[in-house]
Amino acid sequence: MSRMNSLLAVTALGATLAITSAEPAMAYKAFVSNEKDNTITVIDTEKLEVVKTIKVGQRPRGIVISKDGKWLIVCTSDDNIVQVYDTATYEFVKTLPSGPDPELLVLHPTGNPLYVANEDDNLVTVVDIQKGSVISDVPVGVEPEGMGMSPDGKVLVNTSETTNMAHFIDTTSLKTFDNVLVDSRPRVAMFNHDGSQLWVSSEIGGTVTVMNPADRKIIGKVTFEIQGVAKEAIQPVGVRITKDGSKAFVALGPANRIAIIDTATLKVEKYILVGQRVWQIYLTPDDKQLYTTNGASNDVTVIDVASQKAIKSIKTGRYPWGVVISKE
Amino acid sequence: MLYSPRRMTLAAALAGVVFFTTLNTARLSIAEAAGEPGATAPAAETRPATETAPAAPGSAAATANNQPSIKIDVLYLKQIRDDNPPLSLLDLPAPDEGLAGARLATADNNTTGRFLGQAFELENIEDANVDTLIASAAEKVAAGTGFLIADMDAASLSKLAAAMTGKPALILNVGNADDDMREEKCSANVVHLAPTRTMLADALGQYLAWKQWRNWFIVSGPTPQDKLLADAYKRAAKRFGAKIVEEREFKYEAGSRRADGGFEQIQQQIPQFTQNAADHDVVVVVDESRLFADYMPYRTWIPRPVVGSAGLTPASWHPALELWGGTQFQNRFRRLASRNMRPIDYDAWLAMRVVGEAASRKRTGDFKTLYDYIHSPEFEVAAFKGVKTTFRTWNGQLRQPLIVTTPKLLVSISPQPGFLHQFSELDTLGIDKPETKCQAYTKQ
Repeated sequence: MSRMNSLLAVTALGATLAITSAEPAMAYKAFVSNEKDNTITVIDTEKLEVVKTIKVGQRPRGIVISKDGKWLIVCTSDDNIVQVYDTATYEFVKTLPSGPDPELLVLHPTGNPLYVANEDDNLVTVVDIQKGSVISDVPVGVEPEGMGMSPDGKVLVNTSETTNMAHFIDTTSLKTFDNVLVDSRPRVAMFNHDGSQLWVSSEIGGTVTVMNPADRKIIGKVTFEIQGVAKEAIQPVGVRITKDGSKAFVALGPANRIAIIDTATLKVEKYILVGQRVWQIYLTPDDKQLYTTNGASNDVTVIDVASQKAIKSIKTGRYPWGVVISKE
Repeated sequence: MLYSPRRMTLAAALAGVVFFTTLNTARLSIAEAAGEPGATAPAAETRPATETAPAAPGSAAATANNQPSIKIDVLYLKQIRDDNPPLSLLDLPAPDEGLAGARLATADNNTTGRFLGQAFELENIEDANVDTLIASAAEKVAAGTGFLIADMDAASLSKLAAAMTGKPALILNVGNADDDMREEKCSANVVHLAPTRTMLADALGQYLAWKQWRNWFIVSGPTPQDKLLADAYKRAAKRFGAKIVEEREFKYEAGSRRADGGFEQIQQQIPQFTQNAADHDVVVVVDESRLFADYMPYRTWIPRPVVGSAGLTPASWHPALELWGGTQFQNRFRRLASRNMRPIDYDAWLAMRVVGEAASRKRTGDFKTLYDYIHSPEFEVAAFKGVKTTFRTWNGQLRQPLIVTTPKLLVSISPQPGFLHQFSELDTLGIDKPETKCQAYTKQ
């Protein structure tokens, strides 16, 4: 079954590649962390080409860019540390502390501090990125993973994979003030841009829970059904929402597809075939392209948002995991 | 030289392999950190608590969790069996085998329980005498313990199930692979975390089919368990289009692990034993207690891979499995138990997680509610297998992907691609609904 999917994926991509005529995108840089190669692949989003491969620490996964755009901040999980690289020169800048096995991270909207989910010790670590010191730890559930920041910076949401909860943390007091059960193995928490919705993907549950961050009440659940794909293979992970709040994109893991969802109805509008075991996703700042990391096929798929089509697959290192795109 | 289980315990403890030794009713107070004022991290974690204030819940979803309002007691029952020690020192069981997995899940459940006002407590009782175990279990059940994790042989498990019939107790089997216990002898008050022999044989059989290694030479041991396992492999061969080209019984004196002579004699004995077998692709060695299987690899008359109880083996877990976020899980176990996680540890972890998952989803400690939910088709639990694990509603067997592995590293996961099923591909492993002989589940 999965082999057939991958063959289909390859042919489908080949076909769309031949007829592609999407309007040219702005030149941003997409940074892709390659979990097994210990590298970051840098892609020019206009040329759709790899421009650089940066050697980094062991098992790079979660990846963000500092507010001023100068620093690339990478969880190097097997080094139990967070590394900082210069986004222009690609030189190593410094390391930041974290707890053991950092996986995903998020910055406060003011640019500092950084919140790191440490999968191995049930803590979210709060790090001052300027001073390079730990400000505090917040105890959460078993295997913290997803990290979502409210647009106003007041609420941090962490998901814990084995506890199956979204933990709401007050960023001022650094205390959890609510814990909401979601379906099995929550992976990613994502606020929409006006802060009216929080999306939490559940990898094993196979659903995305959408809640109202104001009262933590569940607005609805997104479910997925793809003809010819086993239900168990539909494993939602990465979530991104367009700035106008109308569309959400969800990566479906070994189903090898991105779902495009209408945020008003919470219904899937379209499934786009991408590479294998699609994991994390990121939108270009102009919302014109979506980049997907396809862990098992060692590439990223670039989706043209307007036409809802995959326009190119670009080879990366082994097991591409996280992706972030610079603002310029 | 023969190791008694007691002596092994002592030897392992002296060697510093295990940091706690319990016989009879050791109370494990892992629950104590749960919900206590000031507790900032679960007790099992090694990282010291930080100066941050305790998680102070402020809304309805998390109120009342300064003091756990719901307490859920689980009892781990281990029948000490007079088994011969396996061939390799690497396979000697740790004294806390199985129990350590349940302890880890207790800590995991309590981390979650902090947010829900639930506390889990695990007690364990070990005894060679089944009647003593059952009497202790009955006492605990009368006092409110609803869940019994059982590591027992088939006869004892049947006895326990009969003794608990009509009582508010659910038995979670982690130590027994008998298909019979899920079929003719099934009981509605038992769910099975341990995979069956047919599930394990099918997991390996599917991989061999995928490899197109279709001609199997079966070498099986003389014990009744070996016969059952050999039957499971023969069933797998039939299902997946393989052929048993020859079958031989390997006879040995039980307990003679050293006296058979050193490697010199084995080096002579195994080639002779496997000489002139009909043309085969693999040797399927069937030796459930691992008393001779590890003599086979690299010693067969003609060079053929050894699979089954040595070489390439099927299992529910492997200490080197890192797929599906397993790394952190393995790390947590090693920190807790100071050793690697073995299949029975995994099965027991999952048993305790089943209780925890049910309690957190239903937000209750009420036995009947949890029992019914665990028995319902809605119940599911994530278990580091990439897909949700669920129970077969017709016999209470856990449905899960199984690992096909060398001693060191994963080779594949079964079900293999292409083995399709109308309901769940996981049901291509083991006895499926149309063949089941279990009636207790449908009757309830």
